[in-house]
Amino acid sequence: MSAFRTASGGRVDRARRLRFTFDGRAWEGLAGDTLASALLANGVHLVGRSFKYHRPRGILTAGAEEPNALVTVRRDAARETPNLKATQVELYDGLVAESQNRWPSLGFDVGRVNDLLSPLFPAGFYYKTFMWPRSAWARLYEPVIRRAAGLGRAPEAPDPDRYAQRHAHCDVLVVGAGPAGIAAARAAADAGACVILCDEQSEPGGALLDGAPAQIDGLAAGDWLARAVAALAADPKVRMLARTTAFGYFPHNHLGLVERCTDHIAAPAADSVRERLWQVRAREVVLAAGAIEQPLVFPGNDRPGVMLAGAARSYLKRYGVRAGTRAVLVTATDAAYQAALDLHAAGVAIAAIADLRPAAAGVWVEAARRAGIEVLAGAAIGGTRGGRRVSGVTISGRTIACDLVLMSGGYAPSVHLFSQSRGRLTWSDSMRCFVPSQSAERERSAGACRGVYGLAAALADGAAAGLAAARACGFTGIERGYAVAGESATHQAPGATPPAVADRGKAFVDFQNDVTIRDLVLAAQEGFRSIEHVKRYTTVGMATDQGKTSNLNALGLVAARLGKPVPDVGHTTFRMPYTPVTFGALAGAARGELFDPVRTTPMHEVAVARGAVFEDVGQWKRARYFPRAGEDMHAAVARECLAVRNACGVFDASTLGKIAVVGPDAAEFLNRLYVNDFAGLGVGRCRYGVLLREDGFVYDDGVIARLAADRFHVTTTTGGAARVLAMMEDYRQTEWPGLAVWLTSTTEQWAVIAVQGPLARRVIEPLAAGIDLAPSALPHMAVAHGRIAGAPAMLFRVSFTGELGYEINVPAARGVAVWEAVCAAGRAHGITPYGTETMHVLRAEKGYIIVGQETDGTAVPDDVGLAWAIGRKKPDFVGKRSIERAGIRRAGRKQLVGLRTRDPKIVLEEGAQLADRPGIPAPMKPVGHVTSSYASAVLGHSIALAMIAGGRARIGQTLFVRVPGGDVEAKVTIPVFYDPEGARLHA
Amino acid sequence: MLLIPCPYCGERPEIEFSYSGQAHLVRPPRPAELSDEAWSEYLYVRDNPRGRHAERWRHLRGCGRFFNAIRDTTTDRIAVTYRMGEPPP
Repeated sequence: MSAFRTASGGRVDRARRLRFTFDGRAWEGLAGDTLASALLANGVHLVGRSFKYHRPRGILTAGAEEPNALVTVRRDAARETPNLKATQVELYDGLVAESQNRWPSLGFDVGRVNDLLSPLFPAGFYYKTFMWPRSAWARLYEPVIRRAAGLGRAPEAPDPDRYAQRHAHCDVLVVGAGPAGIAAARAAADAGACVILCDEQSEPGGALLDGAPAQIDGLAAGDWLARAVAALAADPKVRMLARTTAFGYFPHNHLGLVERCTDHIAAPAADSVRERLWQVRAREVVLAAGAIEQPLVFPGNDRPGVMLAGAARSYLKRYGVRAGTRAVLVTATDAAYQAALDLHAAGVAIAAIADLRPAAAGVWVEAARRAGIEVLAGAAIGGTRGGRRVSGVTISGRTIACDLVLMSGGYAPSVHLFSQSRGRLTWSDSMRCFVPSQSAERERSAGACRGVYGLAAALADGAAAGLAAARACGFTGIERGYAVAGESATHQAPGATPPAVADRGKAFVDFQNDVTIRDLVLAAQEGFRSIEHVKRYTTVGMATDQGKTSNLNALGLVAARLGKPVPDVGHTTFRMPYTPVTFGALAGAARGELFDPVRTTPMHEVAVARGAVFEDVGQWKRARYFPRAGEDMHAAVARECLAVRNACGVFDASTLGKIAVVGPDAAEFLNRLYVNDFAGLGVGRCRYGVLLREDGFVYDDGVIARLAADRFHVTTTTGGAARVLAMMEDYRQTEWPGLAVWLTSTTEQWAVIAVQGPLARRVIEPLAAGIDLAPSALPHMAVAHGRIAGAPAMLFRVSFTGELGYEINVPAARGVAVWEAVCAAGRAHGITPYGTETMHVLRAEKGYIIVGQETDGTAVPDDVGLAWAIGRKKPDFVGKRSIERAGIRRAGRKQLVGLRTRDPKIVLEEGAQLADRPGIPAPMKPVGHVTSSYASAVLGHSIALAMIAGGRARIGQTLFVRVPGGDVEAKVTIPVFYDPEGARLHA
Repeated sequence: MLLIPCPYCGERPEIEFSYSGQAHLVRPPRPAELSDEAWSEYLYVRDNPRGRHAERWRHLRGCGRFFNAIRDTTTDRIAVTYRMGEPPP
């Protein structure tokens, strides 16, 4: 057993020794240790290098607020977790930990030179220095700065662990299982409430884990704790969550908790859940989050061996570890005396207590003097000495040798969650800290997190809060008190003490971000007045510890510099998460294949079997092309295009959005929504519909068929299906509730097989029953009912290719059979399956637009050549008034045109900018841009569609398309390249 | 995440709803008779109050119905929800 471990006491199991390594060196700890306590038990204080100056750093705290002791814990290549706080890492046998931000080693770190160069790194250094040249940011400054000021590395292998997520509801959620939280949970459960009690530590108890000398209800505090916890655990109305941090408080009492399930286990089972995210919706919340001891700001207050007094007491009483052999306590409050007395009793020499208060006196001072400890009232701290470990401290000009400096600037209530819930804080002059004042949610704070200190007071406050929460849920409970005896004299525990401005050495305010008192002084000198601006300029409080040990000191300092009271300077915003949360916990199962739902068509497997290459269109998987052996996309698409133009192609169009619009007023409804005249559409006929938003811009398009007088089959773009239905529902429910019309999405009910090409009729004819395919009976833009290959079918004669075309709609379950029947029937005619890429080329050859490709949310119908679709006699439709606005009708708007490159082999980049003349230096104001561009196999040259200012008047002119390295000459044409008369369509 | 009382289904989490902007805007019955300015006002100009705001929500992943809510924009408290066509309480 090491010299620093006490012979007995604490909550560690002295019979269970655990081996671990730190930076490759083997050590031994005990079950119940944290990595921090185990290192201290071995006399290791140097555990990390600071963020900016690479100063040696030790362990400052014993909990979640730790700013210094950040380590990487490594299980294997994929399980390497950086930036863990050694104060929270529970020791297990075989644990491997490494320090961070040092090279080549923790003891000898080259980056330490930054500390010597620190006059060059004042606040705002990056903003002032690394400004020019701009290009150096990406290549030089940022990579170098990031490496030099790095935290841990992220593992490169994918995370192999499982993360779970749960939703939970309860009457009362209690955050924090210290005395106040336990009393609150007990009171609420006794009243009949369903309770969740969570605590971030490995076991409940809070401050009681540090060994309170008192008795509660006649039991020693430790025994009372064990009984109280056992009773709560046995209560079916109470769910206790250990190792569970409440990290976020969201509106309407929705809290995020993260439970660490296996990180404390030496060999977790392979199928175990590593972390679990709880989303709790509580009717009432009790916050019992405790308080955080604040450091004092003096030169060299960051040296390893300088520790918060309460932390040293915690290491002694909870872990049986003496953090040093000879200590000096530097304090501004009574609260730290207990630590000095306890360490003294455990055999640590207390060289002196330096009390900053000029008139330090009272029971605590007397108790210390009775114990033979020298108390220096009104002490001034000159600074510390030492290298990788503190060796002395200068008090009022006198240097006292020591290997441990305990400091305490008082306590700050942990108001983080309260503040996240938008509760209002108020400054307490007597306690010199912010405390909760007005709740925004159904919430109450209890115990130290609202400035109520002392065991008896915390128990009473917790019990009252728990009962009040249960009563607010409608339960009736009775008040119950706790009899506390033997508690040490209660003490005032004021918040942070405004630091005196140091004249030499570095006095740290923010340990994790390396912000010194000088940085804050400089910010004040440079004119920063708002604490929010000071924070951003100096980065004080912006590290991952969220300023838990720095915000209050920074605030006091800035207020003093500005000569204002603290509440006038205000406080910075507390944001979630309270402590960092892993991406794994937030993502849960939503990764890989489960990241987003995948939608496939009824014929998906057929396309897979045919070797299709797929593309993502929203959540849909769509076959993009069907390459044969040796073909690239270009060759496959050229072959597919020629097959459709010369013979016949088959295409899976099932992803098209489909909406059944039904009811006596269905025609009137569509007439009011779409630009077209639908009242006059005959049964059995189709019309290409254009839908605008009320602001006049094209929103969607699609073919709409009238199946019966009161029944329409509306198709939408693949991506627009959901939003078109939502828009229709909006108008139906809110603008025209009087119309008798019903809307149903039928997208997934129909398999849609497009058969396109001059031989399409010959392919379908032998499969059709009850449908006359003659052009006179089923002309272009007509629909018929019957059977195709035995399946009940709607057969549309429509075309998005410019060829004779049909779209066979059959029930989704029949899709594969009909697809295969069509392919079999078409084999003699050279039928060729084609994908979305070919579909795009074919429609572009005909100048058919795609909403979202030619249009960008600022195009009205006339801009994209669709003015013909507007029902001229209609007095109104959605968007009509908007397209008549003067600004929409002015000349010079971008219009859809075609482009032919002078070199027919050049396929332009979609999105490329157009200019009147070549060689205009950037930045230029373009006259338009390319929206679609392809190589056309049937035409033997490239084609492009473009939106060009006043484009229709420019037909015949030459424009220049900006490409990397120059300009490409292109001629403006009409936007129809193939069969402009449309003869093939009507074949 | 807000808890929103759908007037048809009861209290449900926000994730089931979609937001649909300011409530009680009525589409002019004869838009053609409006000046460009008046029409632009209808299209684009919205209240942006600090405090009580009447707004439309749709229980998209529930009953699918639109309804109105009075929400305080500073606290996110929803004072009341009511059906389409009903006057604000």
